[in-house]
Amino acid sequence: MTPNAAGPVASVTPRHPRPGPAQWFGQLVLYGLFGAFIGVFSHWPTYHPIGANQALVKVSVARLGQPVGECRRLSEAELAKLPPNMRDPVRCPRERSPLTMQVHVDDALVLERVAQPGGLSRDGPAAIYERLLVPAGEHRISVRFNDDIRPGAPTHARDAVVTLQAGQVLVIDFDAEEGGIVLR
Amino acid sequence: MHHTRTRSTRRGLNAWRRVEGGFDAALGPAHNPLRHLGTLGFLALWLLAATGIVLYALFDTSVAGAWHSVERLAHLPLGSGRLLRGLHRYAADLLMVVVALHIVREWLHGHARGARRFHWLTGVPAVVLCFITAIGGFWLNWDHLAQYSAISTFEWLDTLPLFASPLARNFLAPAAFSDRMFSLFVFVHVGLPLLLLFALWFHIQRLSHVAMLPPRRLTLGVVLTLAGLALVSPVLSHPPAALGQTPVSLRIDWLLLWLHPVTDATSPHVTLALLGGALAVLLALPFVGRASRPAAAVVHPQECSGCGWCFDDCPYAAISMVPRPGQPAGRLLAHVDTDLCTACGICAGACPSSTPLRTAEPLVTGIDLPRLPVTMLRNQLRAQLQHHLRHGAEAPVVAFTCRHGATLPHSTAHVVHSELVCTGQLPPSFIEYALRSGAAGVLVAACPEGGCEFRLGERWIAQRLTQRRPPQLRPLAEPGRLQLAFAAAGASRVLEQAVQALRARTHLREHPLRKHPLHEHPSHEHPSHEHPSHEHRSHERP
Repeated sequence: MTPNAAGPVASVTPRHPRPGPAQWFGQLVLYGLFGAFIGVFSHWPTYHPIGANQALVKVSVARLGQPVGECRRLSEAELAKLPPNMRDPVRCPRERSPLTMQVHVDDALVLERVAQPGGLSRDGPAAIYERLLVPAGEHRISVRFNDDIRPGAPTHARDAVVTLQAGQVLVIDFDAEEGGIVLR
Repeated sequence: MHHTRTRSTRRGLNAWRRVEGGFDAALGPAHNPLRHLGTLGFLALWLLAATGIVLYALFDTSVAGAWHSVERLAHLPLGSGRLLRGLHRYAADLLMVVVALHIVREWLHGHARGARRFHWLTGVPAVVLCFITAIGGFWLNWDHLAQYSAISTFEWLDTLPLFASPLARNFLAPAAFSDRMFSLFVFVHVGLPLLLLFALWFHIQRLSHVAMLPPRRLTLGVVLTLAGLALVSPVLSHPPAALGQTPVSLRIDWLLLWLHPVTDATSPHVTLALLGGALAVLLALPFVGRASRPAAAVVHPQECSGCGWCFDDCPYAAISMVPRPGQPAGRLLAHVDTDLCTACGICAGACPSSTPLRTAEPLVTGIDLPRLPVTMLRNQLRAQLQHHLRHGAEAPVVAFTCRHGATLPHSTAHVVHSELVCTGQLPPSFIEYALRSGAAGVLVAACPEGGCEFRLGERWIAQRLTQRRPPQLRPLAEPGRLQLAFAAAGASRVLEQAVQALRARTHLREHPLRKHPLHEHPSHEHPSHEHPSHEHRSHERP
């Protein structure tokens, strides 16, 4: 703002003083520092999410466990007590089994997890998701998985020798259609 | 807003002001970025929107085509692709930096509470949306960095008991990752900014005269810096994403993606607790501690002419003009929304009836500030002037200063000091009153541009005194006896120099009121100043 010659104000401290060489230099330095700050920290320092000689094993299972008990057939007397629209002759427990997973790498236990089913009645799916960092190279991997706590239910098992490159991702999953525990 | 600042907050504020002062020296207050953090945020947003629209037009929104379409930008003529991409990224960096500084600055100035609590609380969701949108932007490129950021984010979200199946399972194998998932990425980066605009509309909704861009020179400086950076240090892609591999080395943007390395170094639970805690603190700050809110401005209907000048000048849109009860249609009355009023007094300074030249006692104005009413200002000024003129060696200079800006040392000789809540509270006629009452000169000290505690006080007083805004100061018989100065808190030296300059100009050797003693009773004042509603209205409203 400049003083208005015709106006009443005699003197105004300059609000936008014309910048001198020092100010121009100062501005240049400040804008340069600002640009350098943004430019440097948008790229640097380089980040290494995993070590240069490491591979990643992802253990991930998400599924509905088996019912916690056997289904049973209702007797005629029990059925008769039910409303006609609810007379399902087979009654199964609602609650599902938790998922149990054990992973050994080179005979060392690296993961042991029990995942409870979701839902207030524990009738939802359960999930396991874990990341395991292992050195690149050849490893003997043993996986034990169970989704059925009923007596005598089988535990799924898979043993394999894998060679992992640096940065490679090995996924351990369970897929009944593919025969059980899957390593890919 | 009165509240007890802790010692650490005071130290923080002093440190902030020192840094701000350094920037003032280099760039000038008007172009100091620390005084324009809000508008710089908007500038970043406009840059993001403008470059983003063009980039989206050139973007292939499919898993297979995204990376290639971004790579093709590097081959656009004249480096325009690099410029676009660089400006987009660096504007996002700028946004995060200024948002962080904006939060710190407003907190240090105690703006989380009182009438400004609304702005604080509506700003918090906007910060969250900025952060999410910024992270989501990296995913669209679908390179190694995108893969790392997306998986890291979804693994982080899986810590929350929200989803039956982990979201990160979508990235277990290339077959599991589909264009449908990519659509979600597009929504995060394109849809959420629309919500951000909505949040920002709320954020500034209770403000008036909102600037959407910083001053031109600052805008130019920032845009040129970002553009230069985009060309000198172009944003480059990593190799295309490959879900069978995990990236080993990444050029990460630490300003936007710091959450991932911090999570890697600690755990998702730790960073969730940190961010949740930070969010809770931000939301709780307006309610923490004791704060006594000063009384809002008060309208005196019998003195309000309905001119609407206070309505025009209120920086917080706290004043509305309502129909005057029991009067014919078209007659208006000012109305103050006490929830919005920051009690700055700018409305009292705008009121044409706030003239001390009126004879009324007490001086009742159309709109006034209870904590420092115009009648009190006039009486204090009159008493101080009388005392000085009776006992002082020479006629004093009257200094109207702002309690949030620079103050004159008490040791400054021959100065009658009148401290205002905001210099915008000063009705221009007080200058005429002070000079008529024997002051050698008048110094009006306002905060530097962008430094007003109440946003617009320094702008309005400067415009009123230079006859560019009503109520205008009437031409003075001796124009050299008024000095308008702009000085930030702590810059007392500027005011001392201004007083010296004023004294040197006025050259008053004699004691004027020994010839023209100050009238002790208002009834002796000039008869032409008896009608409040028509006094000092150089620009009468139609």
